[in-house]
Amino acid sequence: MSYPITLMLLFCAGALAAPQDAARLSFNRSIRPILAESCFPCHGPDGGARKAGLRLDHRDDAIAKLTTGHRAIVPGDPSASELLRRLRHHDTSERMPPANSGRTISTAHIAKLEQWIREGAVWERHWAFIPPRRPDAPVIADAAAARNAIDAFIVSRLEREGIRPSPQADPRTLARRLSIDLTGLPPSVPDVDAFAAAPNDASYERYVDTLLASPHFGERMAQFWLDLVRYADTSGYHGDQPISFWPFRDWVIRAFNDGMPFDAFTTAQLAGDLLPSPSQGQLVASGYNHLNQKTSEGGAQDKEYLAIYRADRVRTAASVWMGVTLGCAQCHDHKFDPFTAQDFYSFAAIFEDINDKGYYAGSKWEPQMRVPSAEQTQKLEDLARQIDRAQEKLDAETAEIVKARAAWAERERDAILKAQPPTLGPWSSAGPFFAKTFDAAYAQRFAPETGAPASWKPQPTWKDGALHTLTGDTAAKYLSRNITAHSDNKVVISLGSDDAIKVWLDGKEVFAKKITRGVQPDQERLPLSLTEGAHEVTMKIVNGTGGYGFYFRVVRDGPPDNVVAALRVSLEERNAAQRDLIAKHHREIAPELTGIRAERKRLQAAKAAVETSIPTTLVSRARKPRQVRILNRGDWQDETGPVVTPGGPRVFEQIAPQGDRVTRLDLARWLTSGEHPLTARVFVNRVWRLFFGTGLSRSLDNLGSQGEWPTHPALLDWLAVDFVASGWDVKRLVKMMVTSTTYRRSAAPRPDLSVRDPANRLYARQSTWRLDGEFVRDNALAVSGLLVRTVGGPSVRPYQPAGYWRELNFPKRVYKHDGDAQRQHRRGLYTWWQRSFLHPSLRAFDAPSREECTAERPRSNTPLQALVLLNDPSFVEAARVLAARVLETEAKSDTERVNGLWRRAFSRTPTPAERSRLLRLLTAQRARFAKAPEAATRLVGVGVAARAPALDTIEHAAWTQLARTILNLHGSIVRP
Amino acid sequence: MTDVLGNMISRRAFLGQSGYGVGAAALGSLLAKEQGQLLIPTVRRPKARRVIHLCMAGGPSHLEGFDWKPELRRRHGQDMPESFTKGQPIAQLQGQKLRCLGPQYEFSRHGESGQQISDAFPQMAQLADDICIVRSMFTEQINHDPAHTFMNTGTAISGRPSMGSWVLYGLGSETEDLPGFVVLSSVGKGGQAQPISARQWHCGFLPGRHQGVRFHSVGDPVHYVGRPPGVDAASQREVLDAIRDLDLLQKGDGSNPEIDTRIAQYEMGYRMHASVPELTDLSDEPQDVLDLYGTRGGDGTYASNCLLARRLAERGVRFIQLYHRAWDHHGNIRGGFAISAKEVDRATYALVTDLKRRGLLEDTLIIYGGEFGRTPMGQGSGRDHHIKGFSLWLAGAGIRGGFTHGATDELGYHAVQDRVHVNDLHATMLHLLGMDHERLTYRYRGRDFRLTDVGGEIVRPILA
Repeated sequence: MSYPITLMLLFCAGALAAPQDAARLSFNRSIRPILAESCFPCHGPDGGARKAGLRLDHRDDAIAKLTTGHRAIVPGDPSASELLRRLRHHDTSERMPPANSGRTISTAHIAKLEQWIREGAVWERHWAFIPPRRPDAPVIADAAAARNAIDAFIVSRLEREGIRPSPQADPRTLARRLSIDLTGLPPSVPDVDAFAAAPNDASYERYVDTLLASPHFGERMAQFWLDLVRYADTSGYHGDQPISFWPFRDWVIRAFNDGMPFDAFTTAQLAGDLLPSPSQGQLVASGYNHLNQKTSEGGAQDKEYLAIYRADRVRTAASVWMGVTLGCAQCHDHKFDPFTAQDFYSFAAIFEDINDKGYYAGSKWEPQMRVPSAEQTQKLEDLARQIDRAQEKLDAETAEIVKARAAWAERERDAILKAQPPTLGPWSSAGPFFAKTFDAAYAQRFAPETGAPASWKPQPTWKDGALHTLTGDTAAKYLSRNITAHSDNKVVISLGSDDAIKVWLDGKEVFAKKITRGVQPDQERLPLSLTEGAHEVTMKIVNGTGGYGFYFRVVRDGPPDNVVAALRVSLEERNAAQRDLIAKHHREIAPELTGIRAERKRLQAAKAAVETSIPTTLVSRARKPRQVRILNRGDWQDETGPVVTPGGPRVFEQIAPQGDRVTRLDLARWLTSGEHPLTARVFVNRVWRLFFGTGLSRSLDNLGSQGEWPTHPALLDWLAVDFVASGWDVKRLVKMMVTSTTYRRSAAPRPDLSVRDPANRLYARQSTWRLDGEFVRDNALAVSGLLVRTVGGPSVRPYQPAGYWRELNFPKRVYKHDGDAQRQHRRGLYTWWQRSFLHPSLRAFDAPSREECTAERPRSNTPLQALVLLNDPSFVEAARVLAARVLETEAKSDTERVNGLWRRAFSRTPTPAERSRLLRLLTAQRARFAKAPEAATRLVGVGVAARAPALDTIEHAAWTQLARTILNLHGSIVRP
Repeated sequence: MTDVLGNMISRRAFLGQSGYGVGAAALGSLLAKEQGQLLIPTVRRPKARRVIHLCMAGGPSHLEGFDWKPELRRRHGQDMPESFTKGQPIAQLQGQKLRCLGPQYEFSRHGESGQQISDAFPQMAQLADDICIVRSMFTEQINHDPAHTFMNTGTAISGRPSMGSWVLYGLGSETEDLPGFVVLSSVGKGGQAQPISARQWHCGFLPGRHQGVRFHSVGDPVHYVGRPPGVDAASQREVLDAIRDLDLLQKGDGSNPEIDTRIAQYEMGYRMHASVPELTDLSDEPQDVLDLYGTRGGDGTYASNCLLARRLAERGVRFIQLYHRAWDHHGNIRGGFAISAKEVDRATYALVTDLKRRGLLEDTLIIYGGEFGRTPMGQGSGRDHHIKGFSLWLAGAGIRGGFTHGATDELGYHAVQDRVHVNDLHATMLHLLGMDHERLTYRYRGRDFRLTDVGGEIVRPILA
């Protein structure tokens, strides 16, 4: 089916203009929004909230006889329709919507309902739930006004409205707009000059191609995508601990740069791990399923948090790929859209093979995958080979080593046979002794330490080499026993403790460690020199809260037990295995082999260093799917609900599983089959916003019945169908948008439009808007020349106010900015994304915490933004470096320098008025700093960037103030 | 609620979601001023103009604070009856033997009202006739982070606006020199300092200007309010003038509300350079006031923050939130609770008393309490998290002082009488501020969101 043009004419936002002809009212355009707003809450899809058994979103229900005998709607007969009678009832207790509902309906809307009923009351399925078909591009009167189909749709509407579109923007503005939109960075001055010198279609397209091929295109697109999938560097809940995830971020950048089709991009994220022999990239992408917030808060219950993560996953996947609020059906059927609670849980069940936990004890996030680069893999192979070679050398049986070994084994055997291990007496204990805090319990000298009388209890059952449990919070317990050496003897005791420990030998402190930990065998090894005779070992075990215990065992100083056993066997009786064991041990201690062992150790350390430098990332690994029940009102403790099978919302065509159960892979294929009504529409709508400021439907995250009707529904469908037909080619889609005439129009405000179309929804002109937080930063770094253009890598730490992380705990953290300029001056995209405390300058510019899926960032304008631009060291440093560049590279006259400064920032020459205003500031600032040279020194010393010592400090400081001014101007943070 | 309010809110909702971007934000803030005048004098005169929320973070025990349970003392050491605990959510005591732990402090009656307050709070006890104790709170989240989120936003899902943001959105700000929603925090020594996420003062989907602004006790009190090194006020002023002039040149003759707003925001930023240091400079406080609070200020303690809270209230800040991160007493509650109580007792008393002296208490709503309470069962010598019954108190504007509302069962486990849900608390708070919690809405993703979600009943008995 294709939309006939006449129907298309009706597709316009009601708020903008009423249809000119008195054609029949469309249910979807005119009626559904009224019913959704005023009636659906009680007479809509939610069966639980339904009143009077009346349902108005389905025709059959709405025209059926009610228990009262009336019919809400009688098609063609308004006077018989109870709906209208009740909407207009004079008695407020009868009138709908009820007074206490807080909902109202206007007389104009009632009139529309009446007209629609008179016309036969035809229902339509919600437009966004019907798969799009490609409409014909409309024919427009001024054919020259259209470069491509986008223009045909836009101009056709403008012609209908009688609005003249704005002319093309000037070439400098266009180049700037393109560069910012496609890379998130301002254009270089030469690029703009080149395009301005020959501003024709061919050079425009060449510039577009250059930008699309730039690695920064992927960064720009990733920034948009990462908000949706809520990528961050930390867990979010409670302690908000780090999770290594940046390989996922880099995969997204690469995918956009490589032109990965959107269907493959989708599949890799939802189900990369389920593909046959998945690549490293596909596995990394499957980490998408773990991007939800996670908890490691003590006392968190697995089951509760699994339910929380499940709901988050449904909200996110439904929003990212379908642009619907399926999450609203967690506790009840959806109020406005045909989604039931069963749909919610069925959809959730698709993801129930994800190997996650609810509670991540000790912040041990899993499953992790190591993601070595090709270079790292190569290095590891090389080192492994070298280690093998060193080992071969070490293992070589030379005459010299055979001889040395025989002598050593004989000596060692004699010593072993002669040695008598010390005798250990039974334990006694005193305490627990309590203190107010752990610190106090550790520090305080209780009776056993001071020599005051203490009551010691024998503990004959305490065995060596076992973990023993004690009790008491913020307490200390003392343990003591005799140890008798039968000759002068060196022994080693192996200890474990929860938490802190002190050890005395014959009353002299020989060991102390203040630590909080759980007890394990062999946490400490302590050598003791014993003279022949009796000794006393005393230990103090101190607990904070929770677990409490210790471990004790005497181990011999010398070869390990199995080697000792082999040495006890006489030379003649030793078997091959025993001889091997001895030889192997000897090679590890023989002085003759010190050199080669050192070599091996060096290589092993090098290998370990490479290994620890390999990043890890969380990935999906399928497990046996968990059973999912419908949770009554979302209550995770309720186990009475019916079990659901995985599947998609039933308003859509069902997902056909390849196996016996719908998997994530089936879901991905269903979404990207080209038949899904929403996947492509949602994506092109969001991409449209990147280049035109608002979506064709402004509700980027809700194309359901409460979402805004698109301003240009046929264009949206045309783009969606074309996108799928192109093989989900993202770069092509972007290129089509930015090469359209509509894109190239001037954004200058027009008085004639300020009333007719104040929000610019008809695209008679372009729009301007404030840059996203990351790009505000990027612009300052790029203009100053500080920007490090490396793509990808671990997240970085720009300057951040001291103490901002004070509220973090488990563990406490101190933020340290990157001192290395190579890391300090990276793009905002790479900033460490601490969910609970996002970097305050990004925060100020509306970057989301990424705790939840964000489809649309607000664009606020606050005093905190002014403070960031004025005073954040990142921007002050950029200003002083920008000033230095201007002083170093531009001609010497102030005028030339002001021109140069302005050109770097805005790709154009300043007007005389602008220039003279800056020169006035320059004069004033020079005078100030001349009087306060120390202040000048301080200002030009901000930041880690190197400073050319040759520059005159006062001059540099004055120009820094000019550069600060420039970076604070509206034009520096606005997309033109 | 009157049409005036209804209209005001729908206008707001319209502006909030209109696509005019920055221009609308500007218009919105102009409107906020107008509504500040419109709403407060004409609509059924609201009792409260501002809120001070003293958040005792970590989950203070009601059993050592405001809910006297002699029966629990009698059963000290005995098994907790299963009839109380069966099927109930539990945090760190999962799988452990549940035994009663008797109250660790004596309670006494205070004031003419004879309210029962723990001896751990000797100063606060003197406020007995001013405060209304609610002993029947309950919440839905048993872990700190989601429980705070629930207490602040009425839901555990991240991304919703906090109550301070809602209040600011509804009423606008009364100050042009300071943010309308300010957050302070301090750390105690008596219990674990649980982390607090910036989510707790986040504006969620409301416009960014409604965000809570965290004031810091070290460095700049507000991020980036300090000028760059070597730039004094006069020098900064010259830069600001140049920015304004150049932005106006850019604007030309046409109308550009974005630029107008930006210029206005730079001016406010500049005023904050002065107003914030003026706020935090306590040198104009007489000695007897400093003595009352027991602080010399500037040290980031709870006492210092209480004094700042009064100064913020005087300057027209709408919503002031103090976190004292101290109350997570899993072990040694007897010792730990005493330390935490001592940290807040005097300063809380001082704040209420000081506000009263200055006539500010009558239009300031004070809410004192944590994100949940603690179990009647011992966790060793401490108590675990508990959500089925806990206490908080309110004082000031429109609150019935000297009154105890609601009750838990004899062991302090379940709130059983006049139960108060977090949504109810919010509904009551908004009511006192002159707003109908069902009509203070914001449309996001096609749904009208409320602070009270789908619940909330005004708790009328606690109103004066």
